[in-house]
Amino acid sequence: MVSKKVILTFKKEVVDKPIVCELPKEFDLTFNILEAKILPRREGVLIMELIGEEEKLQKGLDYLIQNNVIVEFVEQKIKRDEEKCYHCGICISVCPPEALVIDDKKTMKVSFYPDRCIACGWCVKVCPVKAMSL
Amino acid sequence: MEEYKVNKTIKQINEKIKRGEAVVINAEEMVDIVKKEGIVDAAKKVDVVTTGTFGTMCSSGAFINFGHTTPRIKAYKAWLNDVPVYAGLAAVDLFIGATSVKEGDPLNKVHPGNFSYGGGHVIEDLIAKKTLELRVEGYGTDCYPRNSFTKKITIRDLSYATLCNPRNACQNYTCAINTSDKTVYTYMGILKPHMANATYSSAGQLSPLLNDPFYLTIAIGTRILLGGGIGYVAFPGTQHNPNVERTERGIVLSAAGTLACIGDMEKMNPAFVRGASILGYGTSLTIGIGIPIPILNEEIAYFTGIGDEDIYVYIEDYGSDYPQNKEKTYGKVSYKQLKSGYIEINGKRISSSPMSSYFEAIEVAETLKSWIKDKKFLLSEPQEKLPQAKKYKPRKYIRDE
Repeated sequence: MVSKKVILTFKKEVVDKPIVCELPKEFDLTFNILEAKILPRREGVLIMELIGEEEKLQKGLDYLIQNNVIVEFVEQKIKRDEEKCYHCGICISVCPPEALVIDDKKTMKVSFYPDRCIACGWCVKVCPVKAMSL
Repeated sequence: MEEYKVNKTIKQINEKIKRGEAVVINAEEMVDIVKKEGIVDAAKKVDVVTTGTFGTMCSSGAFINFGHTTPRIKAYKAWLNDVPVYAGLAAVDLFIGATSVKEGDPLNKVHPGNFSYGGGHVIEDLIAKKTLELRVEGYGTDCYPRNSFTKKITIRDLSYATLCNPRNACQNYTCAINTSDKTVYTYMGILKPHMANATYSSAGQLSPLLNDPFYLTIAIGTRILLGGGIGYVAFPGTQHNPNVERTERGIVLSAAGTLACIGDMEKMNPAFVRGASILGYGTSLTIGIGIPIPILNEEIAYFTGIGDEDIYVYIEDYGSDYPQNKEKTYGKVSYKQLKSGYIEINGKRISSSPMSSYFEAIEVAETLKSWIKDKKFLLSEPQEKLPQAKKYKPRKYIRDE
């Protein structure tokens, strides 16, 4: 079993079509919805974690793309500018999945695990030097 | 008064630095040396302990002089990249305050405000040699007839740019929690309701004034690393208060001592001076400060040997007590405990996270160490002591000889 956190964007043309419901039915995928919203121009954004067998997960993603859903991966979108980050630690208190965490208590360096990110965006808001982007 | 067993002078240490023989270590390394070798042997062995801190210090700013214009103008109002700067000085002198917010910023109208650009960013951009827009309004006088002036400038166009911070390097601080039932956005970061998290802001065992708790060596005139360049302790900082509660080792439990620092901006390094946007609070300046402590005797070795487990801080509620200026605490906690990632208050386990960067504070202390080792930085003789603690007596606070 593998898991992928994805950001799905539904253009105006597909926003009202039942697409995601096929993922558990056709591809045996479990999903966990992290965020769902409709933007002002009737564009839908759905952030979710997809869990299933690797091959089926890939087929599920292909199905989404074939149905004009834009698929992006959270771990590729969340970025830390290593030049800007000075490891203050302000982000730690607002990061629920511990994607930003101090593991090494001697150096107190802030470790960054993009694969744990759930794209809540709080680190982006709170970073005093705008080192985080999503 | 008992004599010290080790007696060194700053002059002797400087001679050793010049000969390349001085033993220089950082304050983190000193903790182990004092533990293993005792204070007398540590004092014999080590000549200089470098300290460091890298945090957001709101009471920071810069004086600049933009040079006379033709015809002349006397600045009445002025802006740098739309950030209002203080012009109530001589004709072309200005003061940039770190917390001055860009004009037109929505502030906290949509709470919590982002405060994306302010005085701290202007200072960073100047040091990074970036181009900024200077806009000046005058009211016209016989000697200064011009009414307005706008120019793109860099720090190179300024005839004078001096960082002049009224309060830096607080000796200690607080640990912030929020006991109210809503999230608060403070200069101590985001504090979640019902004591869901705690924040703190100090380099602890590496912090300058925690390593010289009675200001025996850090004084007016002390040469320091300021923002990656060379600066000086100019004076006691605002709110400097040496007569506060201390532990039996003499360590303060509150902000206590503070330093006013001054230095040439043109020689500073933007890696050590950063404009900061604190969500819901405002803009500020994050700066690295490193101070060398000459180990003149075993008492100074003792004080520089403190570790995070020896330094305590009071826990305060920023949900209601702090804003209402109520004096109440939720007990004390050590930096060792805070750095572990959680603390306990009334039996409740609460995650703790820092505001100031220990990682960069080490970088500061190491940079200063390398300057001294490379003979680029000599220790200065103090010109005058900072206001002293009334209770201090030599050797009084030494505990574990």
